[in-house]
Amino acid sequence: MLQAYLLLAAAMFAIGLFGVLTRRNAVGILLGLELMLNAVNINLVAFARFGAGVGGWVLTLFTIAITVTEVAVGLAIVIVIFRVRRTVDADHLHLLRG
Amino acid sequence: MTAEALGLGGLAVVMLGASLGVVLARNLFHSVLWLALALVGTAGLFVLLHADFLAAVQVLLYAGGVVTIVVFAIMLTERLVGQSLRQTNRGVLAGAIAAGAVFVGVAGTILRTRPPSETGPALTTAALGTAVLTEWVLAFEVLGILLVAALLGALYLARTEE
Repeated sequence: MLQAYLLLAAAMFAIGLFGVLTRRNAVGILLGLELMLNAVNINLVAFARFGAGVGGWVLTLFTIAITVTEVAVGLAIVIVIFRVRRTVDADHLHLLRG
Repeated sequence: MTAEALGLGGLAVVMLGASLGVVLARNLFHSVLWLALALVGTAGLFVLLHADFLAAVQVLLYAGGVVTIVVFAIMLTERLVGQSLRQTNRGVLAGAIAAGAVFVGVAGTILRTRPPSETGPALTTAALGTAVLTEWVLAFEVLGILLVAALLGALYLARTEE
């Protein structure tokens, strides 16, 4: 049964990775990142249920909190980029490219 | 056990469908709505895994907080009408190959190992609270500092120039 949970999480992680790799919009990339982090949480909770103890729950709680801060900072950066460059298309943001 | 398998199967269909909606929807707004569905599905999965408290946290923070923030960001950076809300994918084939390779690698490892089949001792929310404030208290305090620093930083970045 544990394997079914892990496979579901792996599939969700892969879909999120696909979104991160292919999305052009910076907000779309952040949404893919959300999916990947969410898949990790499924793994942690599944491990906690199948004998790893309460540590899996604690780590899930921490991951959720860190994800919220990541989204807040990431979206603040997106808003600043939009204000300066008038675009959030990741392909057009190559100011730091050498 | 069969009820758990049924619930897992149904939730898996909903969550994977919603995940595909997140990465494939043309309209950015629809992507966020699909994400909300995927996150609520995950909360259902947590209930299935007897993690009731985490399911509540998931709904409150993820499906409530994160989705709200993202919707705000979209409204600040896109015009709600017109072409700007449309988004496209690039390098779909390469992305699919890379994501598929990662999935095959991880799934292969999962299927080759022998994970425990019995569930461990039942965990309670009280045990979670005790663990957070004893064994994990240092990480918990650092997390508090991180939250304050990140939210102040976000506020500083997004402030209007005046």
